[in-house]
Amino acid sequence: MTEPLFSVRGLNVALPDMTRKPLIGRAPPAEILKGLDFDLPKGSVTGIVGESGSGKSTLGRALVRLIEPSAGSIRFDGRDISHLSEADLRPLRRDLQMIFQDPMSSLNPRHTIFTIIAAPLRQNGLGDRLKERVAEALQRVGLPQNFAGRYRHELSGGQRQRVGIARALALSPKFVLADEIVSGLDVSTQAQILTLLEKLAAEMGLTIAFISHDLSVIRRLCQQVIVMREGRIVELSATDALFDNPKEAYTRDLLAAIPLPEIDADWLRPPAKAPA
Amino acid sequence: MSPCLEIRRLSAVLPDGQRVLRSISLNVQPGEVRALVGESGAGKTMIGKAVLGVLPKSVRIVEGEMLIEGEDLGRLDAKARRALIGARTALIPQDPLTALNPSRRIGPQTTDRLVRILGWSGERADKRIRQLLDEVHIRDPERVLRSYPHELSGGMRQRVLIAAAFAAEPRLIVADEPTTALDVTVQKQILRLIAELQRDHGTAILFVTHDLGVVAKISQKVSVLYAGKVVEEAETADLFAAPQHPYTRALIAATPRYTDPYASLKPVDETVLAGLTAEIAAADKAWRPSHD
Amino acid sequence: MDEARISRRGLSPRLWLAGGWLLIALLAAIFAPLIAPQDPLAQDLMLERLPPFWLDGAEPGYWLGTDSLGRDLLSRLIFGGRIAFIVAFAAATSACLIGSALGLIAGYFGGWADRIISRIVDVWMAFPPVLFAILLVAVLGTGLSSVIIAIAVIDWTRFCRVIRAEAMSQARMDYVESARIAGYGRIGIMLREVLPNVLPSVVALLSLEMGIAVIVEAILSFVNLSISTDDPTWGGIIAEGRLSIHQAWWVLVFPLITLILTVLSFSQFGEGLKARFDPVLR
Repeated sequence: MTEPLFSVRGLNVALPDMTRKPLIGRAPPAEILKGLDFDLPKGSVTGIVGESGSGKSTLGRALVRLIEPSAGSIRFDGRDISHLSEADLRPLRRDLQMIFQDPMSSLNPRHTIFTIIAAPLRQNGLGDRLKERVAEALQRVGLPQNFAGRYRHELSGGQRQRVGIARALALSPKFVLADEIVSGLDVSTQAQILTLLEKLAAEMGLTIAFISHDLSVIRRLCQQVIVMREGRIVELSATDALFDNPKEAYTRDLLAAIPLPEIDADWLRPPAKAPA
Repeated sequence: MSPCLEIRRLSAVLPDGQRVLRSISLNVQPGEVRALVGESGAGKTMIGKAVLGVLPKSVRIVEGEMLIEGEDLGRLDAKARRALIGARTALIPQDPLTALNPSRRIGPQTTDRLVRILGWSGERADKRIRQLLDEVHIRDPERVLRSYPHELSGGMRQRVLIAAAFAAEPRLIVADEPTTALDVTVQKQILRLIAELQRDHGTAILFVTHDLGVVAKISQKVSVLYAGKVVEEAETADLFAAPQHPYTRALIAATPRYTDPYASLKPVDETVLAGLTAEIAAADKAWRPSHD
Repeated sequence: MDEARISRRGLSPRLWLAGGWLLIALLAAIFAPLIAPQDPLAQDLMLERLPPFWLDGAEPGYWLGTDSLGRDLLSRLIFGGRIAFIVAFAAATSACLIGSALGLIAGYFGGWADRIISRIVDVWMAFPPVLFAILLVAVLGTGLSSVIIAIAVIDWTRFCRVIRAEAMSQARMDYVESARIAGYGRIGIMLREVLPNVLPSVVALLSLEMGIAVIVEAILSFVNLSISTDDPTWGGIIAEGRLSIHQAWWVLVFPLITLILTVLSFSQFGEGLKARFDPVLR
């Protein structure tokens, strides 16, 4: 068994709670993540699923160290990155990339697609042969070359998300965080983006954390799934086991709540009152 | 009996002449749920707005009729039309937060409509809202009525809006993506609630959604839209058993199904969309608004 | 894609009108010695209070009439424009550079930088601006540079407040986070991601501020606190015109019209530029 790419132990994250901020002084911290333990094996895709308030996005941001843990450790590729400074993180950024939920807001309206995809390359010592590398990145995600000169408002939602993927993969990173990347897209586009990511993950041997509020989109993509609720891990299972044989009641509830596109007259019947 | 809502050959254009609704025809029979399903830009929300008479100023209806319980909205003057729409229809909106005024308590906000539009006394309206809050299983109506919107959870806010929509006993409710902003577990509760009240009150619903899963669970009839055009319309059960139009088939195949991961999430075939687009362009070229 | 909608929009009428007036006024000011029909300082008591050209008693060559000392009004307005434009460009640019830089830092970095800068702005804005200006010029002594410094010192807060708010909303955008992921440092992100997005507002404000600077200079001239009294200034002409309003209304009315047109043009030009250079967002 090789060493996992990510090894997370006892991870706690507390963020300032602005709703309880006193008029003067600091906002008190609110515990968002409470003692998480898990590994992300090299070359695997892990689904991180939960409803709003489960802490899944915070977890993602802690993995790529946009936020700092308050306790516990995050080991990435054999190195503890939990408390590295912004400057010390910079050389690691090349391997810690991210695709954002909102492809609109994640692309700067004043930069061309070329500039956007070139940014991580320039900043990580791959500024030579930029044209070639950007062309390659565009081609990888199935966008025509003339898109390099366009701006975000000239693209459709699916095309924007392809740009987001091209930017994240331009550096051939070891790890990619995909944060709800299909939740803002139409069904048909959603399927295209998922298929693309599935293909690229296999081709490039990427390790991916795929955050989603929707269990139904991740089955084909992921090898393991982490189900979260209120800052804790409810269940961590191999994907097929989770879908076919969920261990936890909460996971079963989540699955049962997904409206499948098939007729089921019983689905809307109120649950039979369980004997107390 | 005349249908609760009937739309005949409804077309609408933007100021630049571009068509956004293309000869839409559909009806909703009393007590039935008709789903309008489509992707963004399909015009499904626009149809809902047209029915409620709240189309944006830039959208102009150029042909067609809308009838509510047999009364042609086009033949009424603006005031009579507003009165008819106000008395017989209601809306369950997509975003329960922006649909509520953040600086007013729930109580007066929900009774307002009953008092102003239906001319009920404050006491009667208050009693009615409490009754409906009970029907949507709100255990503590007193607290909810005194709350401000931000003090309630998303699911709770949507319950309040459902109660408010049903309170006036409308004949037709337009539900515009009412569960899109909610978590799945809450979505299921809310769908269940809408179905329950719909059945008990015998209300017809025009249910706008992008989710074929929701369509399958909530509706008896369905119209599939693409680019402002009805591509296919059918009984919901028939649509899933034997979809006729290639676009419908593609849409069903693209919808995720965790029970069958390899048969679902299929990207829509570009030739299907190209065919549809060509068909629509040809129809647009031949189209002249028919003024009667 | 919808090519028509994203193609460059033509110049709007308000850009044309405002820009046209500013261009004419600016050229007139630059080439004042060449185009002014008379010497703006030449007094001739035989020619006092001549009316503008379409009224009885007008003299050829004195298009807009003369003041109570017989000086040609049009020539004085043209020369007055020189000072107005110098003050407008120098004062507004200085206020813009100070205010925008501080606003960008406060809005993007937040925290202590924001708290300190915002407090200074609050205190600054508690002073009534015109009184503040008069006080400053009184301390610095009259003269062109004092007027410019006074306006810059007072009005940088206008830039600071607006740019801070815009930078704050930009800082929350995903593309800022994305630049961190790409490995950019804080200063790099501020200049690369945030600055280009606040620039249209900076430009609009800069143009607006030029108009304001013209007004403030006129006010200071009006109360005789601006430039040496020999050189004509719009405010100075208005002040003089006020004294002879019943005998020669034109000495008051023409400089007022010039002033209003110029100030209005500056603000409209700025808004027009902003609208034009905003990409189609959403």
